[in-house]
Amino acid sequence: MSAIERLSRRNVLRGVLGGAAITVGIPILECHLTSNGTALAATGQALPPAFGTWFWGLGLAQGHWEPKTTGNKYELREHLKVFEPIKDKINIFSGMQVFLDGKINQNHYSGAQGQATGMVSKTGSEYSTSIDTIIGEQIGKGTRFRSLEVGNDGDRKSSWSARGQNGMNPAEISPVAMYSRIFGSSFVDPNAADFTPDPNVMVRHSVLSAVSDYRKQLMGEVSAIDKQRLDEYFTSVRDLEQKLAVELQKPAALPGCKVPESFQEEDVGALVDQARSSHRLFARLLTNAVSCGQTRVFNISMGQGLGSLRKAGEILTYHSLTHEEPVDPKLGYQVKCARIAEELMASFRELVEGLAAIKEGDKTLLDRTIVYAFTDHGEARTHSMQKYPIFTAGSGGGRMKTGYHINAEGDAATRVGLTIMRAMGVATGSWGTESNRATQTFNELLV
Amino acid sequence: MLRTSKFKAFVAGVTLSASAAFGAMAAPEITFVRITPEQYQRSVHDIFGAGIKLDANAVETGFRDQGLLAVGARKLAMTSAGLEQFESLGQQVALQVVDPRRAATLVHCTPKAADAPDAACSEQFIKRTGLLLYRRPLTGEETNALVARANDAATKLKNFNAGVAASLVQMMVAPEFLFRIERSEPDPKKPGAMRLDPYSVASRLSFFIWDSTPDSELLAAAESGKLNSEKGLSQQIDRMVSSPRAEFGLRAYFSDMLGFDGFATLSKDTNLFPKFTKNAYDDAREQTLRTLVDQLLERNKDYRELFTTRETFLTPALAALYGVPLPRSQEMGGATPWVAYTFPANDNHVGLLTHASFLALHSHPGKSSPTLRGKALRENILCQRVPPPPGNVDFTLINDVSNPALKTVRQRLTAHSTSPACAGCHKITDPIGLSFEKFDSIGEFRTNENGIPIDVTGDLSGKKFDGIAQLAQIIKDDPAVTSCLINRVFSYGTARAPNADERKWLAEIQTDLRAKGVLWRDVVRRVASNPDFYTVPAPAAAEPQKAELQQ
Repeated sequence: MSAIERLSRRNVLRGVLGGAAITVGIPILECHLTSNGTALAATGQALPPAFGTWFWGLGLAQGHWEPKTTGNKYELREHLKVFEPIKDKINIFSGMQVFLDGKINQNHYSGAQGQATGMVSKTGSEYSTSIDTIIGEQIGKGTRFRSLEVGNDGDRKSSWSARGQNGMNPAEISPVAMYSRIFGSSFVDPNAADFTPDPNVMVRHSVLSAVSDYRKQLMGEVSAIDKQRLDEYFTSVRDLEQKLAVELQKPAALPGCKVPESFQEEDVGALVDQARSSHRLFARLLTNAVSCGQTRVFNISMGQGLGSLRKAGEILTYHSLTHEEPVDPKLGYQVKCARIAEELMASFRELVEGLAAIKEGDKTLLDRTIVYAFTDHGEARTHSMQKYPIFTAGSGGGRMKTGYHINAEGDAATRVGLTIMRAMGVATGSWGTESNRATQTFNELLV
Repeated sequence: MLRTSKFKAFVAGVTLSASAAFGAMAAPEITFVRITPEQYQRSVHDIFGAGIKLDANAVETGFRDQGLLAVGARKLAMTSAGLEQFESLGQQVALQVVDPRRAATLVHCTPKAADAPDAACSEQFIKRTGLLLYRRPLTGEETNALVARANDAATKLKNFNAGVAASLVQMMVAPEFLFRIERSEPDPKKPGAMRLDPYSVASRLSFFIWDSTPDSELLAAAESGKLNSEKGLSQQIDRMVSSPRAEFGLRAYFSDMLGFDGFATLSKDTNLFPKFTKNAYDDAREQTLRTLVDQLLERNKDYRELFTTRETFLTPALAALYGVPLPRSQEMGGATPWVAYTFPANDNHVGLLTHASFLALHSHPGKSSPTLRGKALRENILCQRVPPPPGNVDFTLINDVSNPALKTVRQRLTAHSTSPACAGCHKITDPIGLSFEKFDSIGEFRTNENGIPIDVTGDLSGKKFDGIAQLAQIIKDDPAVTSCLINRVFSYGTARAPNADERKWLAEIQTDLRAKGVLWRDVVRRVASNPDFYTVPAPAAAEPQKAELQQ
């Protein structure tokens, strides 16, 4: 547990708010990085790990992306050539599947659900806690935002992140709104010399604390089935309380933190170009948010598989194309689809390069991060639940090796998630339900 | 926050006195339904005035259950991102309420000093506003806590109004406001059963009929016990369905039933369809809602006639889309760009299903989709479920326009449907969906596809038709149209599917109204007058809606 996590801000602030003091001095957080910039001087601990998910819809053309050899000396195939500059910073997983266990395949839902939550439900109106929430519980406490979700296709429902069974976390679709949420007037620059807590924020914090205090009372009277939902509401109250508490403290200096320049609103929408443009802006905001200590968990979606993503001038959506574009007899794949998929892969590369561009002493932000990239179908054309393309990027603070291609033919895709959880320090022996329950990690990757 | 002590004492009393008579009785409990962003916004406007500026549309998405977002709302919690936005909205609203220009009318009292707390004045505000926000009177405990919050904040910020604002934000982020809290009490008429308490009845009615918070009169009826009597309930329902606010309820219901949330992510190719811009989406949705309000509320017409009526409202943009002339005065712009318009008898636009809101919403960005349109008609209008497509299907035939034998969508879909795995569902969707083929992806009329005249014949439930006008007549006469409306209205109002017993009386209403006329106010009145509308069945008792597919 880091120094930041150990501190109960609510208790500290309650003390402050009980009196008339306006200036808050919290020496324990006034720690600085060591001379090489990668650890907190006060504790000697490494900078905390971060985790992100990156979802893209509609998979890749089976048989055209899987490297032919495994290990760390493989060659990238045609559809993934774009990964060449980041090859040693990522891992590629092939051959794995999501099991339906006799349930109806909720196309474009079940596969992503399986990889995001470890379970596959009977209907499309059921969901459960996602991997980012599980990992966030381990690494994300004490930050201003428990996690940040973005959707690049103009759809707030693009995210696969959820805290429980009762609704998904909405995706922010406007980069300008996200800028203001993270770096707007409430942002406290960790590297600024002066710090004065805002008395208005103190009042807002005390309002949330008051609401939080009614949890126990209300929980006693609610029907059993609604207890969990109410609990989720109160967890959100606590998250917001925590956010305001963070804003009231002088943060630890973070030399890697660069506040991005503000930018103009762009038209968000479902065109591939718009999605890639939104992704560029969001990726910059999220990497800066992590480097500035605002969050340690983020979720990026390029758009739902069964969404509206499409190329300008094309009469079919990308989704419709995957089903209706003829397979080119010479090339053996759907050409238009392959080009769109390659563009999406290029966006993933940009995210990885963006994380690697943020220097933190002699390391980079990517070094302490793991990004988990997954998709809804192995091959979208036939709604295939097999041979999923899955990637990871970054080593989570040296806990996971990179540069490998792993083929785990027939295994549950949840093995990747379980391996990441282990790397992030989550103490669990398994993840997932029924046939999607993984118990084996990829030990060859764990350090 | 709750009237805990009073509530618990009440529960204990009932248990002691009634347990012997009622046998194993369900315990009074609280359930809750999250309010929608629209309901949040409307509540704020109803309580503090329409001048309060806020944009709640960006907050929290819902999900559809039993065909309705309203039913999904019973399963929704509140995410951190959502609460963050609601808190921010609460701040925005509070700042405007205590703004000196409004405070005189909204805070109702003048503090002793502007820079210090005034408990008596804040208490007045809190009690009055709390009643409307929580949809029930505050308990003494709640009032005291909120007054203490106001005093504390006013002291810290040296500003009375800031104190009032803090207490207001506290109420606006509380579960009592962000959720419709439903409290149950033993039903004296049904031993062992539970019903909603009077304030919960008021909320259910109000969000059902007005899509907003109860007004003072409704809350007064709850307080006086009038809502417990059949006569009192009936008076309130009559008042509410006759109120101009009933328009909001009707708009909210049909937006949900017709899946208009889909407009948020609708994307048409503006190179192919330069007329169909984002503004046109808004017009398309509004055209349908205006037509519904006019037909069902203003003119009290039969719901079934919506499928054949040629009466509607158009803007210049829609007139261009439909290829009809509008009076020039309208194009020059007046107070509203909307004008009442009746399509000529020989026009191809007949009824709700030829509105761009239906045709464009259920199409691809650049081409029509008989399958999506057929599915939407089955699921949204007839309450029938179309199963999802199976895995491992090759769809490429549908798009192969280079094959000389497959020039129209009908020909390509027929080829596709020869696959046994696909045939089952496509038989359900396509024969009706293909009848819309003379309307392209945005609802513009056409007669040919790739040089071949479009065939719009088909059959629905064994009844053959040629073209949309005949299909519209068949739909109008289909009993499923009425039963779907009545069952969905019940589900919408109660946020759950009806159980087997409830389906029986709902079917009786359907038979009765089919004979007398399916009038919106009667549907609402009849559904909301049944005591079952206010019962609280155990969750397991609610049966999932059965698929009613015949094929």
